[in-house]
This record gives sequence, structure tokens and C-alpha cells, in this order.
Amino acid sequence: MNPGLVHELTKLLGEDSVLHKLEDLFLYEYDASVEKGLPDIVVFPTTTEHVSQIAKLAAKYNVPVVGRGAGTGLSGGALARTGGVMIVFARMNRILEIDPENQRAVVQPGVVNYELTRAAEPHGLYFAPDPSSWKSCTIGGNVAENAGGPHTLAYGVTTNHVTALELVLPDGEIVRVGSKHDDVFGYDLTGLFVGSEGTLALVTEITVKLSRKPEAVKTLLAVFDSVDDAAESVVDITARAITPAACEMLDGWTLRTVEDYIHAGFPMDSAAVLLIEVEGLAEAVAAQAAAVTEVCNEHRAREVRLARDDAERELLWKGRKNAFGALGRLAPSNYVLDGVIPRSRLPQTLRRIQQIGTQFGFQIGNIFHAGDGNLHPILLYDPRDAAQFERAMQASAEIIRYCLEVGGALTGEHGVGMEKSELMPLVFSDADFDLMRRVHDAFNPSCSLNPGKIFPLSKGCGEIRVRKQSGEAASRP
Amino acid sequence: MTAISTNFAARLESIVGASCVLTDDTSCANYAVDELTPSAVTRPASAEEVAEIVRFAVLEKLALIPSGNRTKLAMGIPPSRYDIALDMTALNQIPHYDPGDLTVSAEAGIPLAKLNSALNEHKQFLPLLVPRYSRSTIGGTIASGIDSPLRQFYGTARDFLIGAEFVDGTGHLCKSGGRVVKNVTGYDLHKLLIGSLGTLAVITRLNFRTFPSPVASRGFVASFPSAEGALALRRAIAGSSLTPLTLDIVSPELAQIFATRTPATPETAVFAGEIHGAEQTSLPPIGDWFNPREWQLCAAFAGTTEVLDRYARELTLLAEKSRATSTAILGDTTRPAVWGRLRESLSMLLEASSTTVLFKISVLPSHHAALFSSLRKFAERATLPHALVARAGGTIYFALLPAAANEDTAARLSQSLAQIVDFVFASGGHASLLFAPRALKGRTNPWSKLLEAPASSRLPANSRAELIPGVAQMRRLKSAFDPQNILAPGRLTGGI
Repeated sequence: MNPGLVHELTKLLGEDSVLHKLEDLFLYEYDASVEKGLPDIVVFPTTTEHVSQIAKLAAKYNVPVVGRGAGTGLSGGALARTGGVMIVFARMNRILEIDPENQRAVVQPGVVNYELTRAAEPHGLYFAPDPSSWKSCTIGGNVAENAGGPHTLAYGVTTNHVTALELVLPDGEIVRVGSKHDDVFGYDLTGLFVGSEGTLALVTEITVKLSRKPEAVKTLLAVFDSVDDAAESVVDITARAITPAACEMLDGWTLRTVEDYIHAGFPMDSAAVLLIEVEGLAEAVAAQAAAVTEVCNEHRAREVRLARDDAERELLWKGRKNAFGALGRLAPSNYVLDGVIPRSRLPQTLRRIQQIGTQFGFQIGNIFHAGDGNLHPILLYDPRDAAQFERAMQASAEIIRYCLEVGGALTGEHGVGMEKSELMPLVFSDADFDLMRRVHDAFNPSCSLNPGKIFPLSKGCGEIRVRKQSGEAASRP
Repeated sequence: MTAISTNFAARLESIVGASCVLTDDTSCANYAVDELTPSAVTRPASAEEVAEIVRFAVLEKLALIPSGNRTKLAMGIPPSRYDIALDMTALNQIPHYDPGDLTVSAEAGIPLAKLNSALNEHKQFLPLLVPRYSRSTIGGTIASGIDSPLRQFYGTARDFLIGAEFVDGTGHLCKSGGRVVKNVTGYDLHKLLIGSLGTLAVITRLNFRTFPSPVASRGFVASFPSAEGALALRRAIAGSSLTPLTLDIVSPELAQIFATRTPATPETAVFAGEIHGAEQTSLPPIGDWFNPREWQLCAAFAGTTEVLDRYARELTLLAEKSRATSTAILGDTTRPAVWGRLRESLSMLLEASSTTVLFKISVLPSHHAALFSSLRKFAERATLPHALVARAGGTIYFALLPAAANEDTAARLSQSLAQIVDFVFASGGHASLLFAPRALKGRTNPWSKLLEAPASSRLPANSRAELIPGVAQMRRLKSAFDPQNILAPGRLTGGI
């Protein structure tokens, strides 16, 4: 901890906006992932100008800077891997504008996802990306990670709903990219910065699209006696191009745990359920619900139940969205994986995951966005048992490798962060890394912003620093 | 041909084979960009050959411009240098298609129509109804960043391009994204290729999510004596539960062009089973339900019979409330006449005058009423014929259509061009010169003027969220992708 820097930050922000005592810092050492990283100083700016000044001070004292929203991230993206200053955006939480006619909102990064939807509701609008943590996660965090959620199946992930950003670069420069209207002018800078996991710039203002609430919604719960039948139903729903708004799967083990805790109405003796939502014009929704029911019945669904009213619908979603909390009752810790596969490969992948669980001695639960092939296997473990933790990590890597083998991706919505940086060479070649690193260096040349993320440690900032010292770095203005 | 070019042509031949390098004047002239002619044309057969050519260009400091079927090569700023034309049409395969996952991977040079007909076999498609559709390649469509009327429902390419492979300016084959519909692994570099006009990398392969073809679709047209009526109807639709596939407003002048002309490019089916029988070589004429002296609102919608009936009923009702002078529902036989022309709006505007100046203007939809009247005023003041089509999302294509190309016309064009750019800019939007005669492009450069304006002047006090991207950030990216500045140098803006 640097007393000079603490002093200058306190002068800039006031004492109640700077934390530097160890006991205060511990709260910011973790997020919702299995990773850890302790910051040296935590600050709470309220303006873009503050953020710019903080970046300048950090540069002056040569310490890293990490941005953080609500700390609900699942890949260690908002952790201070190499210490330094953590900027928590919790107090930059104002909705600056809601423009109903053009269906836009301008928000500060600390606005909670759900609060924006609430504010837009009186205009018949809402913010489409809806991660499970939507009642606590921030839009700034959603932007950094390009967050998804159950309803992104039909409406797209965060990047599809962001049109402009105000950013602070590591040297404190404030820049704006994108525009409030729909067109990209020149390169799609907004598209690059969304999902860059805080490694290129700090986001201080976000312009998003708001979507019109559909006229009709039907929520179906399809109950199966086998995971295979549920998975085959998803394959068929996709192949027949029914495109529900959401299509979630919970396996039997997971749903029993959830049901014990939430009492959402999931049948305790089933092997798997699909939670499927169809939205749109009343006429279209009726046809889609019938088509979904037909597919599920063809795959031996024991029952396809239609939520009778909003209360029942909300209860089913409560069960889905609070599932991870329910699992916390079973073991001291759980590890939620995030992999993606082509949807046509769902049944075989679920079978492989069970094999891997048996092989490594874990019960692996599955609760995930089946409709877009985004898997979330869950491993329960005790972090105090080092050998068990190590086995959990090995089993996880095995599952992710299998996702890649069948043509999938390393992460669908949680991000690479610290969690998967060392797995990145499974996907990317040296040439890919070279280009990504040049893009990284174009905005964050000294790697002061969120170091140790996305890139494997051997191919990331460490190497950049070494190269700089030996005078081999590419010349830049 | 100079001694230097003879030498480099021989070197290129050693990479791609003699039959894939052309150096004769006629061939080179076919690949000219804004009157700048390359010294050689090469047609690589693989991504590896593309990478080798780029590495060769890096060594020799030669400038490359990639192209497909060259339907949109006239877009953008004149390049500062141009030595080798990279014809990408030999990379025309579909290496991967998983209909069950609704994902496809296509090589850059495949014609969009060919790609869509492969998807149509599984009742799927890519919603890219771009101008000069039947000749456009998928790579050129993405690199040009041209939009489609279907963006109203399906979004633009940035919403369904899920990955890409490309050769960067150092001559290495790179990739980003993947082949799955949801993916946050690494930076989304493929998004940067959209609209990059070949300045960042040579695209070799593109991965998309595909969409199910609508089971059935219909068109809708309503005529109005003034733009206000059409705008009122559009607002009413936006506030309703209806989600049409396309929603465009056509000015009376463009309606006149639609009614009297036929686009040079033939119609091709986009949705499976949309057009029965053999491909038509030209569009059917516009019927009498289209009033060419009035403003038109044109929409398309899709769904089951019940859904189609509801659209027809509600659109007609809303149009009557907005005081439409006539409305029509277009079925399978009549709809292609309008839809084909809407898709080809830009090519029809380019064909309508020998010196068409075509702007892409991006503003918020709520600014359209003011924009329509000002744009027409500027054109009429300079006694220049004009026409426009406006997408509901905010994009306006506005054309100045001089009757003759001469010095006097050029002066008037130049003057109204500056007025238009300044006005759009002041109302918080963007104007870019999509197509213009070479002479006019040299005279003024509205793109860089806009992009390089100081931050303070870009933000009207009452409109804090009107954001214009900075050219400084684009320059950084250009250097990262193409450190030697050999890829289509100068074509984008501000020397990029």
C-alpha cells in the first residue's frame, strides 16, 4: 500500500470513498468465481472526471487499476490479480436518460440491471439482457463481460443492445465511441470494447437499446423421465426453428435441490425439466406453445405444463434464477462452469459430462441455457480440501476440452478472466494472440488496466513488459 | 507495364500460379478503385495463398485492395496507393454448415445468393437483402458494411456474425469468435471487419448464425400526401405489438423511380419457396396501389395465417388513423415488385443519374421529420433532383441526382454536399458519402471532416448522448492490424 497514493486519492474523493485497511479490503478480494485477488486500495468515484483522475494517479504511482461493478462475475474479471487500485462503480448508479420514442437509455456503469428494466417499464419497454444475477449485477459489469442470460436466446446478449460508450483509457483520457443511433461509423469500436473484460478501458457511461415488452408470454414446464429425452427435445426445437424466447434445462439432481429451497413447483421425481418461454403476438405465441408441446411429447415428456398465471410463471423463474444460491446449501463451495457447444451436440455432451463426473468422483449438476447450447455444469467442493479442489479443476478442464472438441467455445457468457486464461491456447494460435495483444496494446500499452486477464500469463502482459525492457516493443506514438 | 511490376508479377505467379495473375491493362482497369488502377490482379485459391501474398506485399511495401465481385468497390474515400488487386472470388466454398445448430461458415468470395440457396435447402437464410444482391459476395457485403431493409427485424451483420478468419496486415492467418451462437472467448475482432472496406484485414472466412425462413410473408404499402403522415404511421407501428420484418419510408421522388424503372440486377429468392419456378430476370412492374406522387410507407411481415391476418388488419387500421390516401396488402405475386426495389434502392439511385451523390445519414428516428424537410430544401435550393429512403431505425439514404455532369453541376453538388454534412452534424447525426463521382470525392471529404471535429464541437449541449466515434481510436486499431499500412490505405477516413 502506497501512502502517497492513498493521500492523493483521499484528497480527490474524500475519506468515505477510499478503503485501504486490510480488514476493509478483504470484501473485495473475491467475486462469484473460485478465484481471489486482493486490491491495495478500493475507491468509489461518482463522476467520469473522478475515474479519469484516478487513472492518472495510478499511472503516476505505477500501480494497476481494476474496474468492478457488483462483484457477481464468475471468471475473476473484477479481481485485482496483481493488487493495485480497484475502482468500484457502485456510486455511479444514475440512469441519465430514458428516451422512449427512440427506445434508448443512457446509464452510468453502476446501475443495477433490473433497476433499468424497472425504470423503463412505465413506457412498455425493458432492457433485454437478463443474467441470473440481474437483481444485483451492474450494467457496467454486463458490458465488460458481454453478459448473457436466459432470454438472450431470442434477443441477443449485451453487445447486441449497446450502441455507445464513454470510456476512460489507462492514461486518463476520456473518449466516446459509438452513437445513440443505430449505425456504426467507421470501425465498430463499441463492439470491440463490449466484452473486452476491462482490459482495454474503463467504462463510465453506456447507451443501450430498450426493447418493447411483448404482448403475450407463455411459460411451459416440460417434465422428463430421462435427461436424454429432454436434450433431444432441445435439439428438435432448434432444428424445427421454433425459436422460443428462453429454453432452460435443469437436471433432476439440481431441480430437487432447488425445489427444497424455493418450492417453485418442480416435480421432485423427474430426471430433467425444460423451462421454455415463448413470446410475441398472441396468435404467434399460441402456435409456438403448441409446437413446443408437440416436440416435447414426441420425446416422451411425462407432462408439459403451462404456467397458469404470472405468479406461477414468476415462481418457476425464481427457481431457475436462484438455483445457484440453493446449491450453496449442499456444500461449502460450488464451481459453475460455462462452456458452449453446437446445439446439435447437446445429448452426447451431457452424457460425457456425467462420465467425467464419475471419473473424478463428483456429482455434477446441470442448469443451463439449453436453447443456445450454453452449458453450466456445477461441481460442489470444499475449498479447504486442497486435493478435492484440484480434482474439481481437472474435471472442469476436461469438460471444457470436450466442448471445444465438438466445435464449441471456451466461454459463452462468464468471460475468460483469470479462470480460463491458461486454457486460451486450446482455441487460439500464436498469430491470434499476437494480433489480440497488439489490439490490447493499442489501448492499454503498459498493461496497467486489469492485468493478468484473458491472455495466458506466458503470452500476456509479462511478456510485453519483458519485451519493453529489452527495447523490442513495437513503436507506438 | 514497368520493370518493377513485371518483377512483382513474376513473384506473385510463384505464389498463386501464372493463370491466377493478370497484368494486362484491361484486366487491371476492371479492378480500378476511384480511377486508381492496380499493376496486377491476383486470384488466390486458399487462405494460405492470401497470407503469402500479404507477406510478399509487406516485404515489397505494396498496397493491396481485396475485392469480391466489385459491386461496391466505389464506396469510400479514394485510396492513397493501390498496387495489387486481390480477387477473392476463388474462395467460394461452404466449409461448414450445421442446420441443426443454425450456424454456417462460408468463404469470403461466395456469392450471397449462392450461400442463401444452400441455406434455403434447410429452410434457413441470412437476412442480408443488400443492393446488387445477385452479384454480391458475402465478404464484400461484410467489408462494405452495407445494410439491408431486413435489419428492422433481424438487426445488422454485427448481430449475427459470430466469427471470422482473416489475414492481418502482417500476413498471418488469424481468427476470432467461433462457430457457436453464444461466445465471449477473446476480443470480438470480427465485428471490426464489418464496414472496414478492407483496411484492417483480408477476410477469408465468415461464420454466421442463420435464421429460419418465414413460413409465409406479406407486404404492406400505404401512401401519404406528406412525410408527416408516413412518420405518424411509423410511430404508431413502433408503439404497437407488431414487429414487421422491414419498415421503410420512401420519398415521392424515389417512388417515381420505383414506378418507372427496373433495377439492372435480377430478383433472386431469399426465403425458401419465396419465388416459384425459375429465377426471374427482372422484377414485375409496380401496380396502381403505389402512388408515385406521394410518400410511401412500405412494410413486410411474416408468420402463420392468423398472424398475417392480424398484421393486415392492424396495419390497415393504423394507416387509416394516420390519414393514408391508400393502402394495399401485397401477396406473393405483387410483393416482389416493391421488395426487390427496396432492396435495390441504392443501385437504382446510382443507375438514375450518371453523377449520383449518395449519402448515408444516421440520426435518431425522432429527427426524421426535420431532416426530411431540410435535406429536400438544400437539394431544391441547388436545383438538384433528389430522392430518399429512410429505415425505421434511423438510417436515411439520400441521393442527389443531377441531370447532367458538368462544371456547373459539380459546383452546385459541392455546395449542397457541405450544407448537408454540416446540418446532419449539427443535429447530432452522422453523414457519410457512400457513393460520389471521383472528382467530387477529391474536392471534399465529409467523412474526415466529421470524424476529426474536436470533441467539444461534436456535442450539442442539449444532446449529451450524441456520440461520435473518434478517429484517433480507429487509427490505433489500424496500426495494430496493419502496421505497414498496406491494406486498402486511405479508403476509410482520415488517412486510414
